[in-house]
Amino acid sequence: MERADYERLRWRCIRRALLELDIALTRFLDNGFAKLSDEQQQVFVEMADMEDHDLWYLISGQTECEDPRYLPILVAIRES
Amino acid sequence: MSIPVLKFDAVIVGAGGAGLRSAIQLSEAGLKTAVLSKVFPTRSHTVAAQGGVAASLGNSEEDHWHWHMYDTVKGSDWLGDQDAIEFMVRKANECVVELEHYGMPFDRTDDGKIYQRPFGGHMSNFGEKPVRRSCAAADRTGHAMLHAMYQRNVKANTQFFVEWMALDLIRDADGHVVGVTAMEMETGQVVIFHTRATIFATGGAGRIFYSSTNAFINTGDGLGMAARAGIPLEDMEFWQFHPTGVAGAGVLITEGVRGEGGILRNANKERFMERYAPNAKDLASRDVVSRAMTTEINEGRGCGVNKDYVLLDITHLDPNTIMKRLPGIREIGLQFAGVDCIKEPLPVVPTCHYQMGGIPTHYSGRVVVSENGDHNTVVPGFYAAGECACASVHGANRLGTNSLLDLLVFGKSAGDSAVEDLKTGQAHRDLPKDAAEKSLARISAIDNRKGGANVHETRLAMQRTMQNHAGVFRFGDLLKSGVEKILEVEKAARALEIKDKSMAWNTARTEALEMENLIEVAKATMLSAEARKESRGAHVRDDAPDTPEFPNGRNDAEWLKHTLFNPVDNSITYKPVTMQPLTVEPIALKTRSY
Repeated sequence: MERADYERLRWRCIRRALLELDIALTRFLDNGFAKLSDEQQQVFVEMADMEDHDLWYLISGQTECEDPRYLPILVAIRES
Repeated sequence: MSIPVLKFDAVIVGAGGAGLRSAIQLSEAGLKTAVLSKVFPTRSHTVAAQGGVAASLGNSEEDHWHWHMYDTVKGSDWLGDQDAIEFMVRKANECVVELEHYGMPFDRTDDGKIYQRPFGGHMSNFGEKPVRRSCAAADRTGHAMLHAMYQRNVKANTQFFVEWMALDLIRDADGHVVGVTAMEMETGQVVIFHTRATIFATGGAGRIFYSSTNAFINTGDGLGMAARAGIPLEDMEFWQFHPTGVAGAGVLITEGVRGEGGILRNANKERFMERYAPNAKDLASRDVVSRAMTTEINEGRGCGVNKDYVLLDITHLDPNTIMKRLPGIREIGLQFAGVDCIKEPLPVVPTCHYQMGGIPTHYSGRVVVSENGDHNTVVPGFYAAGECACASVHGANRLGTNSLLDLLVFGKSAGDSAVEDLKTGQAHRDLPKDAAEKSLARISAIDNRKGGANVHETRLAMQRTMQNHAGVFRFGDLLKSGVEKILEVEKAARALEIKDKSMAWNTARTEALEMENLIEVAKATMLSAEARKESRGAHVRDDAPDTPEFPNGRNDAEWLKHTLFNPVDNSITYKPVTMQPLTVEPIALKTRSY
């Protein structure tokens, strides 16, 4: 990923509406994001655009994930 | 250097609830209006507000604005201005109904009215019994509110500048505010917004504390800019704390956990609340629980290597109950404490939640300063609303669900006042020749400094100082040493260095600029707290205890007054609390007890 694209993504992850996401996504960018394939990284860019509550409920398992592409990334976020 | 100038009738800094509400008034009045935001509007921290918005609609049972006013004055521990409070509670119904007309999906009663639910501190008939006053949209009230108002703004042609950071207020030689400087994050370009009205709606600054429920975005940018422009900050010693945030993370653990049987324990595994509140125990009020937790930690009975937290134990509860009645709690424990709360207790500390003080405003939303004995001298061209402003309706402590009401009422009021002030149609006042100089110099210093302070370390030093010296329970000697420490941290914050020098998406630079705002708020908080020698509302001092002469430690004879912290010379002055409401008799002083 180009530097500017990554830094834009980073800003959109470390300045969320919910503190839960600020922390979880900061850790993920520091510890998990680089381990994803290029394709998975693009899927995460898509996920980062989700509404805060929707994304947090997916990460915290309060709603069921219906998109199989998200599953490995959700695991990586939880493990970061 | 030539800096681009964008001309608007009005610029609003911040696109949370207060900013979006102001913008509707301006754009619908046909004024050319810009809204600057560090993030996409519907990602503002207003999203996190779940409790609802207070309005005495009386849809579920009899209610009255005067009862709401009483609850707000009492909640504020009589430090709230009663004219502003009457203004707010009387506007509440109108603002909630307007929001409904904008498309806000409020919960409904069976007959189609806005459903209202009970909330702590909401009482009927002047404190007699609980009343259902909070209007909500499931657990997403703030989120739904932002969406409704954002769409209304799009319809009204408000121009959004998303992922822009405002840098400094521009004042001319006469003190008029004529705009702001701002930086586009995508390019690093600094631009002047030349305006006839400037409205700050930048939210709170809860990130000054180590443990905060606030999202990372709450860095007090509006307060920092106001302070750098020589405008005093009001009542900054008053911060609302929540007893149970996850230690080290701040993520809120709902009161429902203790409601379901959760027990607070110290390092000796003792259920210490039995000593502080023999009857209510772990279900005692927020301030009682927070103070007890702080006392345990201060007296060496905290847990962990640094003995700096206590434990919230639910291991005795049936795991099915935890999963069913406390959804999300297990995941919060796993994610933010590394603890499975079914097997181990959660580490918790009292955690900063809401800022009661801010930029001093009249209830019209106009920013005011004290000049020649007039405490309502308007700063021409400057308005503020929401958590960054101090109207003052929350006084020493905020009533639950009044935060969303504040941003609706005062967002609208600031917008209306700007529309009224611009009616005269005078042209833009000239920009000072050095309009952008201060901002450019700040950025240049951060970019070029060698051997300066690290942003992350400086922020951490500030947050630990604030948490340890000006937390939920305050001690005279700790406040005194806290003043010295925060002034030391300030030196570092004024000499920050970053490694990344790139123009586009330089988050290191943005965080350094945020740090320069945070330190203004931290300093104002510490010095204001040290100076106020009584206990009132959320400001509770060990050396101002509950006595027959001073119930709850409150000393009205000496301290029934607002603090004004002057950032130019770190001096403090005071101004009287407005006890006279607009149309009714004052709510007379009495001891605040629930």
